[in-house]
Amino acid sequence: MHVLQTQDEQRVQSDAGAAALGRAIVITSGKGGVGKTTTTANLGTALARRGANVALIDADVGLRNLDIVLGLESRVKHHVLDVLEEQVSLEDALVRDKNSPTLYLLAAAQTREKDEVDTQKMIALVQTLRERFEYVLIDCPAGIERGFQNAVAGAQEAIVVCTPEVSAVRDVDRVVGLLGNRFTPQLVINRVRPQLVKKGKMLSVEDVNNILRLPLLGVIADEPDVIVSTNKGEPLALRTDSKTASAYHAIAARIAGDDVPAPTVEYKETFMDKLGAFFGGRR
Amino acid sequence: MSARKIVFTSGKGGVGKTTTTANVGAALAKHGKRVILVDADIGLRNLDLVLGLEKRIVFDLVEVVEGRCQVRQALIKDKRFESLSILPAAQTRDKDAVTEEQMAKVMDDLAAMSDYVLIDCPAGIEGGFRNAVAGAQEAIVVTTPEVSAIRDADRVIGKLTERSMPVRLIVNRIRPDMVRTGDMLSVDDVCEILSAELLGIVPDDEEIIDTTNRGEPVVLSETNRLRVIYDKIARRLEGELVPFTNLDTPGFLGRLIGALKAG
Amino acid sequence: MIEFFNRLFGRQSSGATAKERLRLVLMSDHLSLAPEMIDAMKRDLVDVISKYVEVDRDKIDVHFEHQDRALAMLANIPITGVSRNGASNGTNGTNGHYSNGHSPVHAEPAPSHAEPAASTEPGRGSESPNAGEVPSGDAQPVSGHAQPVAATELGTGSAPPSAAEISPAKPKPKPVTAKNAARPRRKRRKTQQ
Repeated sequence: MHVLQTQDEQRVQSDAGAAALGRAIVITSGKGGVGKTTTTANLGTALARRGANVALIDADVGLRNLDIVLGLESRVKHHVLDVLEEQVSLEDALVRDKNSPTLYLLAAAQTREKDEVDTQKMIALVQTLRERFEYVLIDCPAGIERGFQNAVAGAQEAIVVCTPEVSAVRDVDRVVGLLGNRFTPQLVINRVRPQLVKKGKMLSVEDVNNILRLPLLGVIADEPDVIVSTNKGEPLALRTDSKTASAYHAIAARIAGDDVPAPTVEYKETFMDKLGAFFGGRR
Repeated sequence: MSARKIVFTSGKGGVGKTTTTANVGAALAKHGKRVILVDADIGLRNLDLVLGLEKRIVFDLVEVVEGRCQVRQALIKDKRFESLSILPAAQTRDKDAVTEEQMAKVMDDLAAMSDYVLIDCPAGIEGGFRNAVAGAQEAIVVTTPEVSAIRDADRVIGKLTERSMPVRLIVNRIRPDMVRTGDMLSVDDVCEILSAELLGIVPDDEEIIDTTNRGEPVVLSETNRLRVIYDKIARRLEGELVPFTNLDTPGFLGRLIGALKAG
Repeated sequence: MIEFFNRLFGRQSSGATAKERLRLVLMSDHLSLAPEMIDAMKRDLVDVISKYVEVDRDKIDVHFEHQDRALAMLANIPITGVSRNGASNGTNGTNGHYSNGHSPVHAEPAPSHAEPAASTEPGRGSESPNAGEVPSGDAQPVSGHAQPVAATELGTGSAPPSAAEISPAKPKPKPVTAKNAARPRRKRRKTQQ
């Protein structure tokens, strides 16, 4: 028996009773390149590893990448617009993940435009997916244009991804404003480099959070392994030996409502760090 | 003689368009060119921040387009250079606020008073992209040697060539150590996949984060190697044939690795 | 077999893997961006096949699939008729009757007519791999072993033509050579868009 806690409702899943409605979470940021797609792929993988049924939607029409990050690019035959335009059934369009059997991908259309997505239909699609999956993660495109609006439309929860850089923080701030009262976004701070923070050359987690003032869902250190994992199309969350993987698993646990200690990043203080003068980053 | 209007675009966000636009512009300005940088990312402006000019914004691109001010009033002169100005984007509007025709007109006005108009394009290929491209005659595509970035760059290059716009490529954030271990695509790989003419190779450098925090273009740094790299890009834009810095040379690489290890 | 390739694949550096994956994914992206070219290619393909067997043009399916480390074009072309000598009987679905009133030519194995490919006009689809050269006009003796082809697989192999390389072959008018000038035109081509 699982108690699925959502922000809106609590239901108890029982053998005889109605299935609980899944949670639709949009992963957004404003700024591009901060790790939305990587986060969607890894969080989805981590949740699926825990046994949950997870659907991932790539809402980046025209610039799809969730498929390639998961290594599923050669298996994608249909996409969201095919489903919205009723050319193909949802069943046929969902691609099962290579590595996690309870993880499915609904790919974006590569050769269409974001304007072609009907917002109402998108909302209905997400709703349908919620009936079948415990988690529906929506990978939002960069920016705040139509693509962003469509991605957000069907979601009830939001995760905003930020890197400890002034432009990213500023963009997240703007996006949080646009998300409005419907959401209480949770924050993932990605690509932290603890040594640079110590030297004062990078905003700290506290700095970022003091500015944004959002519940902190997770902190992920910068690792070159992420590049290797996208090269190969194998999300890091599949591995057991990676700090990044652990961070995503912790995030998944927090999302699921487990009691997990507050997110933090290890600061390996060296002698040189202690000698260095602390220089606070200016906004 | 009208200026060259160049859009810096990528498709994928976060590959370094804004940083590149700012630093190439600054490098050109150091060469004595009159440069105007335009932030076309309406609603998510960042060019001002990267140059540390955010506190001096009075008017923005949208207000110029709407005729609420003269274009000269909106330009912010960067005092660290002889002839570098920026036209900031509006922060509280969205990309519907201007049309392609309006953008083209403003870019022409700017071209009449400068040697280079460099347009910082937003991520994506939606309206913001179309607007930014509408004002340009040439394009520089910025990509990193990563799978998603290259795929998006390919799409963008396709869209630009549809418009018969000449395209040149800057490969940003290359890490020679990872290329050597086979964990990262090489510049040659990237150029081959994209079939584009190479304009510049910029190595990954953590100093960029710090300089952006402080609002200082890295070309002003006395010690950072990126100054030389951006300078070369500026010279190539001017038509000079400049050999690419060999990032594998021990001197260069050693310094870079040292810097990376310390970070 | 696939396992073998996967293991081989896995031993590559991740950079090499990335390059390989990108190459395939971009081919796929380019193809989906060129629907007119693909339509033209499909029409040409069907025209070529129609020279040999009758096909049901309405039920044709041509699409692209990823296979192992290549992109493949898969065509499913329902065959509705093959004449006794294996030759196509002219315009599709006419059961051997010709609109121009000519009777079907009974082809005999006639080596002198089986022109080596080099001397005949290449078929319009000859840019596609495996389509081969098509002798103009003559019945092609197939010696009685014409196999109805249910599906044709045109693998693009390791050096696939990029979208740019495959010319969107507009129908080339067949030049009248000395050879076919003497024979009546047997097949009316459907006009291409």
